[in-house]
Amino acid sequence: MTSTSLLPWVIQLVLIPALSPFFVGVTRKMKAELQNRQGASPFQPYLDLGKLFQKDEVMSRDASWVFRFTPYLVFSLTVFVGGCIPLISTALMNTYTGDFLVVIYLLALGTFFLALAGMDTGGAFGGFGSSREMMVAALTEGGLILSLLTLALVSHTTNLFAISNAVASLPFYDLPPVLLAFVGFFIALLAETGRYPFDNPSTHLELTMIHEAMILEYSGKRLAIIEWAAANKYLIFIALGANLFFPWGMADTLAAAPMIGSLALFIGKCLLFCAAIALIESTIAKFRIFRLPDLLFTSFIISIIAIGLIV
Amino acid sequence: MTWTGNSLNIMLAFIPTPAGFSLVIATFAAGAIGAVLTGANDRRANLWGNGCAIAGSLLGLVFSGTVLIMGITPSFGIPTSFPLLSLSIRVDPMSAFFMLLISLITLFCSIYALGYVSHFYQKYPLGALGFFYNTFTASMILVVTAHNALFFLIVWEIMSLTSYFLVIYERHEEINIKAGTLYFIMTHVGTAFILLAFLLFYQASGSFDFGAIREGIASAPLAMRNAIFIFALVGFGAKAGIIPFHIWLPAAHPAAPSHVSALMSGVMIKTGIYMLARICWDMLPGPPPLWWGLLILMIGSISSLLGVLYALSEHDLKKLLAYHSIENIGIIFLGLGSSLVFLSAGMRTFAMLGLIAALYHTMNHATFKALLFLGAGAVIAETRTRNIEEYGGLIRVMPQTAFFFLIGSLAISALPPFNGFFSEWMTFQALFQGVNTFDLATKMMFVAAVGALAFTGGLAAACFVKAFGATFLARPRSVAGEQAKESAVPLRIGMAALAFITLILGVISGRVANGFTDVAASLSAFRLMETLPVVSFDLMSVRTGFASISLPILFTGIAVMTAAITAVCVILTRKRTMRIGATWDCGADLTSRMEITATGFSRSIITVFRGVLKPTGQTDIEYHDAKLRYFPKTGIVTMAFQDVYAAYFYQPLQKITLGVAEQVKKIQIGNINVYILYILVTLTGLLLMLVV
Repeated sequence: MTSTSLLPWVIQLVLIPALSPFFVGVTRKMKAELQNRQGASPFQPYLDLGKLFQKDEVMSRDASWVFRFTPYLVFSLTVFVGGCIPLISTALMNTYTGDFLVVIYLLALGTFFLALAGMDTGGAFGGFGSSREMMVAALTEGGLILSLLTLALVSHTTNLFAISNAVASLPFYDLPPVLLAFVGFFIALLAETGRYPFDNPSTHLELTMIHEAMILEYSGKRLAIIEWAAANKYLIFIALGANLFFPWGMADTLAAAPMIGSLALFIGKCLLFCAAIALIESTIAKFRIFRLPDLLFTSFIISIIAIGLIV
Repeated sequence: MTWTGNSLNIMLAFIPTPAGFSLVIATFAAGAIGAVLTGANDRRANLWGNGCAIAGSLLGLVFSGTVLIMGITPSFGIPTSFPLLSLSIRVDPMSAFFMLLISLITLFCSIYALGYVSHFYQKYPLGALGFFYNTFTASMILVVTAHNALFFLIVWEIMSLTSYFLVIYERHEEINIKAGTLYFIMTHVGTAFILLAFLLFYQASGSFDFGAIREGIASAPLAMRNAIFIFALVGFGAKAGIIPFHIWLPAAHPAAPSHVSALMSGVMIKTGIYMLARICWDMLPGPPPLWWGLLILMIGSISSLLGVLYALSEHDLKKLLAYHSIENIGIIFLGLGSSLVFLSAGMRTFAMLGLIAALYHTMNHATFKALLFLGAGAVIAETRTRNIEEYGGLIRVMPQTAFFFLIGSLAISALPPFNGFFSEWMTFQALFQGVNTFDLATKMMFVAAVGALAFTGGLAAACFVKAFGATFLARPRSVAGEQAKESAVPLRIGMAALAFITLILGVISGRVANGFTDVAASLSAFRLMETLPVVSFDLMSVRTGFASISLPILFTGIAVMTAAITAVCVILTRKRTMRIGATWDCGADLTSRMEITATGFSRSIITVFRGVLKPTGQTDIEYHDAKLRYFPKTGIVTMAFQDVYAAYFYQPLQKITLGVAEQVKKIQIGNINVYILYILVTLTGLLLMLVV
């Protein structure tokens, strides 16, 4: 691999972890604005991560290597997945690990270890967080896979980069299934990234938390890495939504100018997603946990209808 | 030519001969008989029985491996004095693959058994165990290589009987005897259907030889082929454990000793898959009707989804694993079903993709399920209980067992880069092709199958978070859990080898899938096919461009990335200190009762699927103040699940059978004159038939 082709790959790999705290911060800021609060700067998450990295750790005496190793694995997986999805140029075609099932199952691997880490310390919170997380994750899978399958069927490939390319050049009348599948995907996005109405990312109340309950025992650098990984996952899903369902304007070369334009466009699209999520979080209440399956099955059914609409 | 080269050639020439095959069987026979002869001494019987099993499975590996690599099909037969029965053996690539699989799993189970069976010393006869174990293994090898229907039935029956005796091996526990009886009945119901299928074959072709059947059946009417298909599906499906014929499986597999459970779950139920594939893809030529494939797809979807749901509701570790066998048989059926549908549409490339996915998953399930059963056996041997709720924290005392079990859990949850992921990926791709190709009705069946597989994957992951977390993580919840020790060396060798194979079969899956192309191509459905779906070695690609994946790059990528990031983090934060403290629990005293239990973990998912699972919960609370009921003293929650199969399938069936028997009884009057009248009427009837 020459250095000219290496640089875009480095950008691709670094982009997710570099930008993800910003988008978490932006979502919080937008939420604050919508709720007539002032809110912290969008760059606050970077400072939080920096602070946590400076701190010492408290480790539960019941924790095994699973608990200690999980943050590194989960973070690495999210960075790796960053290289498997289209971000700023579809010319970076990844035919080795760019399959959508690979992305879904890599993220599932992270969830699996997170849930184990939640159980590892033997507290009441961690275990219940894991149980709820696995319930939501298991039920999300159907809607997630079928909504992306809709895209795969209209673009005749399961490779995410090729899907981006194909959807961008779809004729207008082929779009309805794509848009319908997007509804299914968006519900899955909210579930997978722990947003309203599934989970409250800013709560530590035992009745409501899912993700936060699992990671309750983490502190110091491991907490920083876990939080960062969660931010990465958030951006990964937003990027999937932006670049698979609305891929217009993405660069299909490795030239500098289109890539910079594409990057700006990508950030713009992601900001729109954040605004939508902030709006949802400010206007609806969190659902009771046993109403979540209804929503997730809705996502599944919508995706099936989308597949049925493909001509 | 040097002497060594010459002797190597002689050896290579010897292996794929009747003598080479007989040597494999003879070694197992020696193990069986020797174990009985040395039965007086437990230790010697153990060494002899399992030693011979190890030798026999090694020889089996060499034999089947040579056959596969050289691409030959050794076949031979011994005629007997009975008409129609000849002991004919034919090892084509398909048979060789299953023989390889049986040998491979037997090898590691036998190594494991060397250490594992020591807890039976003085309690149960080791000679009998060695006898049945070796006979069981040899009969499985004969089942997948037999080339004559009658011979097949005989070895099939030997396999069923020996496994029955292995199930009831720990005979002092009544529950095992009950499980054995259920298994005995179900397996013979299955055999009855298989017999019907073979009799129809005989009627159509006039022969019990598989080769002659294949030639003779071509002119048979469609109705007969449909009947054969249904009989074979019920018969072999009952052995494979498809829903609703699965009820014996969660009872029998946990009852057997763990290394036998591993063999039963890992390979014995796959003999049902083998023969079903042999019949549908090899012995019934020509495109099958569309509904065959759709039916198998439907059974696969239901079995996989219900299997994993039942597993979630289970807190007996071995029963949980047994239900996962049903789930995985369902996934294999999804591959088989898609293949049959493609075959009926004449799309043989996709049909091959589906079949390869099914065969690959068969192999993968054998390895990781054997691994999980061996891990469960190691845990049970230490804690003396199968109840997950009484484990907890075992990762500290059994770190290596825990690690191997974790690898098995990751593989069965289809997480990359382990082997389960790859075969599920292929199954997904085969189903995607179905969604992509067919008209609306068929397409929706494929969509349902994709949905079932997607939910199955997620629920399996949830179930194994539960199984691994409740068993190995947190703190011990019983005294037995506190006193457990790391398992003995032979146990760990068996598990380590299987864990390694589980990883390797995932990482080099492109190559292995290529190998399966040859196996599938040997079946008559794929004869003379030019384009093969697998194009290159390390980059697995489906229909050039539709999908591609490279597991070696995936594995290396994750490994390098994780190592690099961990190293950077550790170096950058090396000055930070770490304090060990207690888990925070709102200031309360931390006890093991605060941990989540397996039942608690799966409770939410069970509540979501209560319409299917029909849980029955009963809460008994005793109060200090019985009138006011403010201060509970003790509380007991009893959770159970309604057995819908017994209630809606087997009990009605039993009722009908008894009702018919009641009616039939009416002609048995007991008066001899009446019986003479019967004879007269029958004779007259027969004579009339002759005249007319």
